[in-house]
Amino acid sequence: MTSDPMVIVGAGQAGLQIAESLRSEGWEGPIRLLGDEPHPPYHRPPLSKAWLLGEAIEAQVGIRGPEFLERKGIEHVMAREVAAIDPAARSLTFEGGETLRWAGLALATGARPRGLPVPGADLDGVMALRSLDDATRLAARLAPGVRVVVIGAGFIGLEVAAAAVKRGCEVTVVEAQARIMARAVPPAISAFHTELHARHGVRILLETGVTAILGESGRVRAVATGAGELPADVVVVGIGVVAADDLARAAGIVCERGIVVDASSRTSAPGVVAAGDCTVRRLDDGTSQRLESVQNAVEQAKSAAAALMGKDRPFTATPWFWSDQYDVKLQMAGLSAGATAMVTRGDPASGRFSLWHFAGDRLIAVDTVNLAQEHMAARRILDRGMALTPDDVAAAAFDPMAAARG
Amino acid sequence: MVKLTFIEPSGAEVAIEAQEGWSAMQVATSKGVEGIDAECGGSCACATCHCYVEGDVAARLPAPLDGELAMLDNVAAERRPNSRLSCQIKVTPEIEGLILRVAEVQS
Ligand SMILES: Cc1cc2nc3c(=O)[nH]c(=O)nc-3n(C[C@H](O)[C@H](O)[C@H](O)COP(=O)(O)OP(=O)(O)OC[C@H]3O[C@@H](n4cnc5c(N)ncnc54)[C@H](O)[C@@H]3O)c2cc1C
Ligand code: FES
Repeated sequence: MTSDPMVIVGAGQAGLQIAESLRSEGWEGPIRLLGDEPHPPYHRPPLSKAWLLGEAIEAQVGIRGPEFLERKGIEHVMAREVAAIDPAARSLTFEGGETLRWAGLALATGARPRGLPVPGADLDGVMALRSLDDATRLAARLAPGVRVVVIGAGFIGLEVAAAAVKRGCEVTVVEAQARIMARAVPPAISAFHTELHARHGVRILLETGVTAILGESGRVRAVATGAGELPADVVVVGIGVVAADDLARAAGIVCERGIVVDASSRTSAPGVVAAGDCTVRRLDDGTSQRLESVQNAVEQAKSAAAALMGKDRPFTATPWFWSDQYDVKLQMAGLSAGATAMVTRGDPASGRFSLWHFAGDRLIAVDTVNLAQEHMAARRILDRGMALTPDDVAAAAFDPMAAARG
Repeated sequence: MVKLTFIEPSGAEVAIEAQEGWSAMQVATSKGVEGIDAECGGSCACATCHCYVEGDVAARLPAPLDGELAMLDNVAAERRPNSRLSCQIKVTPEIEGLILRVAEVQS
C-alpha cells in the first residue's frame, strides 16, 4: 500500500521549498504541490524589476524547471484551487468537489494585494502587482508617454515607478504618509530614495490621499487626490498585501493578520504547518511578527518541512530584505522598528552609506545603500549577537568586515 | 547555443546547450542541476548560487563586479580564487565550454 502524500497548498517560493526540503529531510513518499496559478513556480522579485523592463522570459524567472521536479518526485498540480481543508479528517477539497487525503499538510498560500477602497478601483487600467500574469499585463501597458500613477510608495510601488520611468512613462507616485517606505526604513533612507526618484524624473506626492479613480467608458482617466486630479492611463495600486489565510481560518486554525505559527512553522492544528507570506510568527515574548520576504519564505519552509518529519528546525536567523531601484541596492538586516539610537556611516551624498540601529546599547538592525559587503557583515554580526555599542560603530577605525570575522 | 558543463556536488556532470543572454544560474535551475539554490532569483542578494569556474575559458569571463565580490566574501562553502556567483555569469559565445563546479553547500 502506498502512503498518503505530503500535500502543500500554494506553489510559490515557500511551497516549492517545502517540497524540496521534505526530500532532503528524508520523506520518500509522494509529494503533491498544489497551486492555483497556471505557471510552474517562479520568483516574484524580478516581476517589479527585470520583467517590467522586458529583460526576462518566463523560463528565466522559474525557480526550478520541470526536470528538477520530476527528478525529485514532486508532483506539481497547476491551476487548481483548494477550496477547503479538514485537519481532523486529514483531507482537503478542491474547487469542484474532488477530495485528497494527506499524511501531512503545509499551507503556503502567500498573500494577495490589498484592494483600494475607493470608487473606480475596478476600472480597466487599474492594476495591482503580485503575480506573473499581473506583471505581464502591466508590462504590456508601459510605453513612452504613457501616464502612470502609482498609489503607495512602498517597495513594490517604487520599483514599478523606477521601471516605468525607464520605459519612458510619465510617472507620479501618490503616498498618504509624510515619507516614502515609511513602514520599513528610517527617514534618512526615505530622503535618499526620494531624491533618487526625483533625479530620474519621477514625481512623488506625499501626504496625499486618493479619494476616487475616475474613468471614461470603463477605462481609467484620472486619479482624484487631495492635491487635485492626476491624469492617468495606468494606475498601479501598491498599498500592501493581506495574508491568504482563509483556508486555515475556515478550518478553525488560529489566525491573526495571517496563520499563526511558532518558530518551527507549526500551526495550532496538529500535523499542519504553514510558511511564507500567509503566516504571522508568534514570538517568545508573546508579540507577533509578520514578514513578507524571500528569506522568510525559504527559512520558514525549511522549518515547516522538518516539522512535518517530526523534527524541530527553528528559524532563528536575522531577517533580511533587499530592494533594487535604478542602480541602487538597498539592503536591510534586522528590523529597525523600536530603535532608540542610530549611527550613520559614510556620506549619503556619495551614494553609499549605512545606518546602524540600536535599542539602548544593543545593535538590532543595519540598513545599507550600495554597500553589499557591510550588509553581509551586519547579518553575521546580528546572527551571532555580537556586542557592539553605538560608540564602537561610530569610531573612525570601525571595520564591519573585520568585526564580522572576529 | 553555448555549451556549458555543470558538475553537481555528487560529481555527476551535466552538459547543457545554453541560451545566449541567460545567466548560468537560470540555465542550471531551469534544467534541474542539483545544488544551486538561487534563493534571490538572481538579484545578487543571497550568495546561494555559488560555483567554481574551471576550464580554459574560465579566464575569459568578465571579472566580478563589486556587488558579486561582496557576496562571494560570504559564501557558505570555501571561497576560492575561481569562486563565482552563477547568477552573475552571462551566457555568451565567448564562454563556450565553461565548466561550473557547483559548491558543495550553499547555506
Ligand atoms: C512584485 C514583487 C516584488 C518583490 N520583491 C521582493 C524583493 O526584492 N525582496 C524580497 O525579499 N521579497 C520580495 N517580494 C516578496 C516575496 O516575493 C514574497 O515574500 C514571497 O514570494 C512569498 O512566498 P510565498 O510562497 O509565501 O507566497 P507566494 O509566492 O505568493 O505563493 C503563494 C501561492 O499560493 C497560491 N495559492 C493561494 N491560495 C491558494 C489555494 N487556495 N489553492 C491553490 N493555490 C493557492 C497563490 O496563487 C500563489 O501562487 C516581492 C513580491 C512581489 C509581488
Ligand atoms: S541567485 Fe542569489 S546571489 Fe545568485
